[in-house]
Amino acid sequence: MAVNQARNVAIVGLYEWPKRVDPDVSSMQIKARSIKRALDDAGLTWADIDGLYDANDGEGGGGLGLSAYLGIHPRVIDTTSVGGSSYEFQVAHAVRDIAAGRVNVAVLSYGSKAASQRIPIGTGGPRSAGNWQANMENAYGQTLISNYAMVAMRHMHQYGTTSEQLAEIAVTTRAHAMRNPEAVQAMQDLQFMNIREITVTDVMESRVIADPLHLLECCMVSDGGGALILASADVARGTKKKPVWVIGSGEGIEYRRNGSDITVSSAARSGPAAFAEAGVSPSEIDVAMIYDSFTITVAVMLEDLGFCKKGEAGAFVADGRLRWDRPGAPALNTDGGGLSSNHPGMRGLFLLLEAARQMRGESTSQVANPRLALAHGNGGQLGGNHAGGTNILAAD
Amino acid sequence: MPSRPQPSFPEHDTQPYWDAVKDGKLTYQVCTDCGAVVFTPRGQCTECGSDHLEVRVSSGTGTVYTYSVIRQNRVPAFAELGAYALAYVDLDEGFRMLTNIVGVADPTKDVKIGQRVKVEFEAQDTGDYPIPVFRPV
Ligand SMILES: [Zn+2]
Repeated sequence: MAVNQARNVAIVGLYEWPKRVDPDVSSMQIKARSIKRALDDAGLTWADIDGLYDANDGEGGGGLGLSAYLGIHPRVIDTTSVGGSSYEFQVAHAVRDIAAGRVNVAVLSYGSKAASQRIPIGTGGPRSAGNWQANMENAYGQTLISNYAMVAMRHMHQYGTTSEQLAEIAVTTRAHAMRNPEAVQAMQDLQFMNIREITVTDVMESRVIADPLHLLECCMVSDGGGALILASADVARGTKKKPVWVIGSGEGIEYRRNGSDITVSSAARSGPAAFAEAGVSPSEIDVAMIYDSFTITVAVMLEDLGFCKKGEAGAFVADGRLRWDRPGAPALNTDGGGLSSNHPGMRGLFLLLEAARQMRGESTSQVANPRLALAHGNGGQLGGNHAGGTNILAAD
Repeated sequence: MPSRPQPSFPEHDTQPYWDAVKDGKLTYQVCTDCGAVVFTPRGQCTECGSDHLEVRVSSGTGTVYTYSVIRQNRVPAFAELGAYALAYVDLDEGFRMLTNIVGVADPTKDVKIGQRVKVEFEAQDTGDYPIPVFRPV
């Protein structure tokens, strides 16, 4: 590990909303209660918050509205909103703000009622009209899933990747979910058909939603939320739990371009930046929390983040190599992921929560003595406009 | 189909494109300062930032770059369609376009990456604008 690695900012508090179907609360209540519980986890108070990071989720009105709801006057407000990767971007910004001395205690939060409100995230159509993009897209019946499916189709064409190989990602993730009581409860509350470990055959026999992606390769749509507290090294020395250091971050975007390779994601920009700042390499990562909106998302990002060569993710994920208890490769999405634990629309926060739990030793699929974790969020739509944020975390 | 969602106006970038579609022409932009091909239509060159963009008419022929056959879409105009093929087509002039591949018996079997396709302008039951789609040649 690089000797000059900066350990100036740490994750000191976290909370994940336990219920995935929760008709009795609002998104704002999920956010605010999660913030209180994350502060309690850290041993910090409401009055300690001086930096607020918000992705304009919930019923809330963004950084201004949430500050008013909470009754706080933060010195820094950051409303970076790049879909599911908002939280990885916000962590990067919070680290920068804390290192600059503008913030001591930064709060990130998320609340969503996507399941209770029956929002058809994946199979619904366009929600805007009359702008430069919508006027060129809406006539063609594009769904969110179909963007990812077109990436998968091209990946298969270019590299010989198979559906059976992609299915391994869903199989591994489900195995982790079955060890996580909140994920099992989520599958029960969302009326999953077979709440058990699944096989490649199960995935292949589930119906095709958009060729080549099957139902069991698609994330669930749930309620949920949570909060994350970051703090300066000075504050972190006095908090209740072991700090989890943020040692590197990277941000990137990609979009539809003439002649581009659709199998390369924004992670090819954010990943190398994060590893360079952290001074570590992908082979040193013990836990990889990678946004699993669909199986193909994970495959593409494992490659772009440098865990394997471009086009080789199919072989890399084979034979359960990314399970929590297998040495020699990072443990993937040990909470059960978006495929089998929760996906309220913007999963980026949960990647950070589980990565931090692993660094603390609190996961339900705890890797033995882990030192480094990666969280990579993806926002927008792979294959179309999308944002990628990578954070690298180190155990104390 | 054909009662697809129509473009809606006023919208300054895409109005000339759709007016040309109404005349049976598929158009794209070329920067007269740096030569870059620009698509979808917009006000500035994506390579050099110039606003000197010239509209050209495409031959309408190209190659399927990738596709997916959509089995489920809850939007009413598409919900009753059955499976349909969404695709990116790389036009011979160097621009990539989101579209549908039509005129195949079974889209799950008859659409292929690398397939040569040609544009056609599909008349709609409702609305002023036909929709450019592609058919294998
Ligand atoms: Zn130019």
